[in-house]
Amino acid sequence: MSNSKKYWKGIEELQATPEFVKLQQNEFAEDLPVDQFLGDERIVDSSTNRRDFLKFLGFSVTAASLAACETPVRKAIPYLNKPEEITPGVANYYASTYWDGNDYAGVLVKTREGRPIKVDGNELCSITKGGSHARVQASVLSLYDSARIKGAMLNNKDSDWKAVDAEVTSKLASIAAAGGAIRILTSSLISPSMKSAIAEFTTKYPTTQVVTYDSISYKGIADSNLASFGKSFIPTYNFDKADFIVGIGCDFLANWLSPVEHARQYAETRKLNKDEKKMSRHVQIESLLTVTGSNADKRIALKPSQLGLAVVNLYNKLTGSSLPSKSLDAKDAAIAELAKELNASKGKALVVCGSNDANIQQVVNAINTHLGSYGSTINKDVEDYTRQGNDAAVNALVAEMASGKVGAILINNVNPVYSLPNGAAFKDALSKVSLSVSFADRVDETAAACKIVAPDHHYLESWTDANPRKGHYALGQPTINPLFSTRQVLESILTWAGNTTNAHDYISKVWETTVYPSSTGFLSFNDFWFRSLHDGVMASAAPAAVIAENPTPEAPVSIKIMPITIASPEPTTTVYGDVSNAASAIVAKAGKASGIELVVYQKTGAGTGNQANNPWLQELPDPITKVTWDNYVLMNPEEMKEKGFNTLMGQEQMADVVEVKSGSATASLPVVAQPGLPKGVIAIALGYGRTAVGKTANGIGANASPFVSFDDGTFNYIASGVSVSESKDKYQIAATQTHHTMMGREIVKEATLAEYKKDSKAGNEDLLYATNLTTTKQEGKATAKELDLWAAYENKNHFWNMAIDLNACIGCGSCVISCTAENNVPVVGKDEVRRSREMHWMRIDRYYSSDMNEEVAEKDGVGAIDKFLKMEVPSSADTIEVVFQPIMCQHCNHAPCETVCPVLATTHSLEGLNQMTYNRCIGTRYCANNCPYKVRRFNWFRYNENVEFDFNMYDDLGKMVLNPDVTVRSRGVMEKCSMCIQRIQAGKLDAKKNSSRPKDGSIKTACQQACPTNAITFGDFNDQQSEVRKAWNNERKYQLLEEVGTQPSVFYLTKIRNKSANEA
Amino acid sequence: MEHHSTATVRQPLILGEKTYHQISEDISRPIEGKANNLFKVVFTISALLALWGVGCFAYTIGTGIGVWGLNKTVGWAWDITNFVWWVGIGHAGTLISAILLLFRQRWRMSINRSAEAMTIFAVICAALFPVMHMGRVWCAYWVLPLPNQFGSLWVNFNSPLLWDVFAISTYFTVSLVFWYTGLIPDFATVRDRQMKPRMRKIYNILSFGWSGSAKQWSRFEEVSLVLAGLSTPLVLSVHTIVSMDFATSVIPGWHTTIFPPYFVAGAIFSGFAMVLTLLIIMRKVLHLEDYITIQHIELMNKIIILTGSIVGVAYLTELFTSWYSGVEYEQYAFLNRATGPYWWSYWSMMTCNVITPQLFWFKKIRTSLIATFIISIFVNIGMWFERFVIIVTSLHRDYLPSSWTMFHPTFVDLGIFIGTIGIFFTCFLLFSRTFPVIALSELKTIMKSTSENPKQPHH
Repeated sequence: MSNSKKYWKGIEELQATPEFVKLQQNEFAEDLPVDQFLGDERIVDSSTNRRDFLKFLGFSVTAASLAACETPVRKAIPYLNKPEEITPGVANYYASTYWDGNDYAGVLVKTREGRPIKVDGNELCSITKGGSHARVQASVLSLYDSARIKGAMLNNKDSDWKAVDAEVTSKLASIAAAGGAIRILTSSLISPSMKSAIAEFTTKYPTTQVVTYDSISYKGIADSNLASFGKSFIPTYNFDKADFIVGIGCDFLANWLSPVEHARQYAETRKLNKDEKKMSRHVQIESLLTVTGSNADKRIALKPSQLGLAVVNLYNKLTGSSLPSKSLDAKDAAIAELAKELNASKGKALVVCGSNDANIQQVVNAINTHLGSYGSTINKDVEDYTRQGNDAAVNALVAEMASGKVGAILINNVNPVYSLPNGAAFKDALSKVSLSVSFADRVDETAAACKIVAPDHHYLESWTDANPRKGHYALGQPTINPLFSTRQVLESILTWAGNTTNAHDYISKVWETTVYPSSTGFLSFNDFWFRSLHDGVMASAAPAAVIAENPTPEAPVSIKIMPITIASPEPTTTVYGDVSNAASAIVAKAGKASGIELVVYQKTGAGTGNQANNPWLQELPDPITKVTWDNYVLMNPEEMKEKGFNTLMGQEQMADVVEVKSGSATASLPVVAQPGLPKGVIAIALGYGRTAVGKTANGIGANASPFVSFDDGTFNYIASGVSVSESKDKYQIAATQTHHTMMGREIVKEATLAEYKKDSKAGNEDLLYATNLTTTKQEGKATAKELDLWAAYENKNHFWNMAIDLNACIGCGSCVISCTAENNVPVVGKDEVRRSREMHWMRIDRYYSSDMNEEVAEKDGVGAIDKFLKMEVPSSADTIEVVFQPIMCQHCNHAPCETVCPVLATTHSLEGLNQMTYNRCIGTRYCANNCPYKVRRFNWFRYNENVEFDFNMYDDLGKMVLNPDVTVRSRGVMEKCSMCIQRIQAGKLDAKKNSSRPKDGSIKTACQQACPTNAITFGDFNDQQSEVRKAWNNERKYQLLEEVGTQPSVFYLTKIRNKSANEA
Repeated sequence: MEHHSTATVRQPLILGEKTYHQISEDISRPIEGKANNLFKVVFTISALLALWGVGCFAYTIGTGIGVWGLNKTVGWAWDITNFVWWVGIGHAGTLISAILLLFRQRWRMSINRSAEAMTIFAVICAALFPVMHMGRVWCAYWVLPLPNQFGSLWVNFNSPLLWDVFAISTYFTVSLVFWYTGLIPDFATVRDRQMKPRMRKIYNILSFGWSGSAKQWSRFEEVSLVLAGLSTPLVLSVHTIVSMDFATSVIPGWHTTIFPPYFVAGAIFSGFAMVLTLLIIMRKVLHLEDYITIQHIELMNKIIILTGSIVGVAYLTELFTSWYSGVEYEQYAFLNRATGPYWWSYWSMMTCNVITPQLFWFKKIRTSLIATFIISIFVNIGMWFERFVIIVTSLHRDYLPSSWTMFHPTFVDLGIFIGTIGIFFTCFLLFSRTFPVIALSELKTIMKSTSENPKQPHH
């Protein structure tokens, strides 16, 4: 029954009409409307046959694939096995330790996808407390330096570690067996593990001795302390405890001993608030105008040879004694005045001196003792270990090598062929050593003369530890796998000593036996170790202050230091209280000075030149001269005019090249005007004239090291009787600022402390706006300030503001490098800087004071033209004052740039930021023209992957430093400070994850983070409790060019100088 | 329209004993004849300069704006100077064809055609600069309010640069249409005289098949009047808007309410100078002395005295205002112009624009061809410097002395400027040999009333 059932789809099927049967054979009952989509009815008539079709197909496919080739395909390969701690897009931070042989800093390294991209100060480090200077900031780029060597080298040829190890151990063994001298020439050793390793090495090769060499010597201080206190050491300083600071030829804020720490301490004494209207007084006696001198309340300009006399005279005036001395003529009164002031601040005063002459330092010690500084502003107990160099020993070593007595020399972290005054002699002597090993990371001047180069890791690839001062221990950890086949010095030394332990294990073992026992509150060493590793510094359950007062025992490892065989200049008995011998020596030496005097100094960017190949540092303008990419001869501008040299800077202004000669040292360099430098004095910076450091810096400037002299057992950084002869050559200097005075404008607002005490708005008087204006919009009368063409932005949620305390800013430039690193700011090179096209998103304007102003003009009846011409001339060396002003995009709330962009590429954010949309920018540059602050930077060329700009963004290695959170800008678009919007965004997201709002201070801009003096405050204005809001309510607050009506979100606090009554 | 009468006190505008046919002959001669060697040499030089300019443009696009001399402080220099200069030059053509038409100034008829051609070519040269000065030329179309796929992106109607886009494009379109409309009957005349069939066909197409019927003439007159009415406000608006690029900014030396009238006067001033430079050569080369007479030259010189004096007063007013304002930045900006590092450009401007045109008060000078030619060149140079002074000397030292710097042009800056001069002259030379350089049909309407022809009946 059921089988006979029939199912039909339609009545037609049931009836099985013939039409239906016929249609049923077709798949589709009706014809498909092919014509509708093929369109052309004549397609059938088309002559295109199958072959043609295939041809067309082939062509189209090829064309399409060729078109697809236009944009290079970049492969992003995902992790096969995702590392536990790396999440793409999320940064990891590791605490580590920066040590370059001169400067120590606790750092926090930011890594993205396994690449370190930013180095900032570690807030847990009790020395730097989160601050950092430009060279620390830039050190991350030195990691990605293509000039680094990729593996070990033997006899100037690429080799491998096995061969090198075999060669070194066999030679060392034979030299040691024969009793030949083995020398380790090293920078100051602050690593307990290195010391321990060297001790092991010495055990294996007993003829080993260590010679410590600092590129910048502080031996004079150590020697003076031996003389004064019977112990050779360098103390630490507490500027924060000083009410009165005297710097004598000492750039303690930017380059001396521990500048980041000093700057922070100094700034603490300079910050003012409503309740406490007091600040320290700072008098600087110096020749070269330094960063420190620029910040001083009073600056006394002296020739370098007179600085010693000034110290003696100051001592005489302070104590009423009459050591042998000599008058400083016009400056005597100032010294007497200073002595009077200092005596009034006993116990809270600090005198520091940058001289490396032990005699001068000895008198300074006596002054500090008289003032009661020891125990208050100077800490004798916490010794600084970062400068242990022994100049005499280095000199003796050169002689020893030259005599052929040295069998092997291992050179660690120093470059004596370049940096020694007698570098050439060192190089000759090196050829007489049968085994010479350099640990340099590149074939530098010294490594080139060595038989073996055993390249060290970059510090960001190394396990390190440090003991930079008594009681302070720090750890450094690798943040990336070694990029090349390098090996850290610690492991090389251990390997050659026959110890195969790796660096990590070795350091942890050393810490377990030496550092751990002095810690408290940890259950186990592992607990202690991981906490220390996490913190970057020795972890402690107790507060840091207690640690400082109960210093741990000194590093128990002792190593054999090479005894000095030459006659020691150090007095054998303690002569504290009797400095007459020192004074006579000072006077005698000053008497010998004649002719033109020379100061050899250090620049903030270049330092000793060990990071010379770092383009960020090369392009960092010098804080004072604002010159990039060069060293030069600094000279007083009036003296230059007398000699017929060009004092102007600019694209088509040619600097005159001079030949400087002192003894056998010569240098051919352009002359640059330096107001504040006394006549008859010139200055040349160290760190330039490198010949084997890499493409970026080779051949830039001239090496000033040969001008350093060795006398009385120390390196001496001043010279006299220097000849300066004119040559016909001209040279183009690249400076970011070519105009040096404020032209009588209220750009940096200033007042004296006395004025400020009387009136908190001193120097910051309200602008006079027209009042009683009637508007159509509002009822009643309004002032001009209240009237606006534009509607105000509401900024309902956040309103990001920034305050910059001009009293705290010392002008060091750390922020500029930090900004460069954070925001992928391109390096443009010297020629482009010369054309005023540097790309820095922030700059630090430096203005010299001028003797001409409105009042003077009115009083003397000077005409307008003459007045402005004279305003361009900085004050004389004796009266000059300097101010610094960091300038970045001011994020105006009525931004002139926003209204003029034809395509809305720059707009206002809902959080008060002025934002730049690179994608939308067509590059009319109208915004930059209309910016009163001139902070916008245009991409004149393609700065990345362009052979014309062969810096870090050109090679693949250098590009690894780029911050993936920030776009690399293309050619033809405008860019500028974004207030680190990527950091704001990250901070907001973090808060959102915790369902809260960002806490004040949790979001920091790059410049703020780098600032050693905390001059920059950033935060949400809408948060009534925020620091930035508090700064806004400070009566010193002002907006730059307020009268233009741009209403910037960045504002400044006036500069206050603590001038005495007769200076104001 | 024209009254068939000549005032006895007025000089005739057409010299020589001309007949209608003679006029056609004279004006068509350059089109029908062969180019002489001088023409070929001048044309080759112009074309080479134009090519050089194109090369410099290509170099700029390929490498970046950095090949110019600009920097972080001076973001515009020769580019916008050239732009304003060329736009200004264009203004004379529009003034002559539109405003003088409305004022029934019959002397315009001999010069309006070439003046309008000059306008077109000058505006082309001018428009090159705002496009070329963009860092990303390939995105130039983003300034147009086009519906797009970028989301809700739109242009910024607050930006004077956008106003420029509208002003210049409107100006160019109206000028072109106006110019072409006038050419239609003349093309027909040329066509009718042509013997070569191919040329006949071309001119027939160019003349849109003009037959000269009464209805066509009537419409022609109407359209001309309407276009004149449209162009008239443009004479004032275009340069007013160009001046707002500066006037609406906050930069001392730019932020000046006097700019719109000052710029318009300057534009007409420079435009007439350029018309004179061109016509003095053209009347000689193309033998048009009977149509472009000393009287024409003199009348134009009078406009130059007027506009030159307005410009001079504007310069002095600016100085006064900056002093009177009490704004230190403003005061310094103007003092710096006159006495700063660019003093030479300021005094070149003052000499060329204020002093030299005043020589035209002497009839002997304003009726001398050579003197007029020399002074017209001076005015051209002076007006270029005026724009340079406004743009560069204001920018190079603005508010913060830390950013003060200098501008130094490169060979590309120079190449592009010279290139546009080449483009301009190439176009103008082509025009002079293919288009009727004088408005034939219009000129014929005043034949009876103001010519020297004794056969014509005088009332």
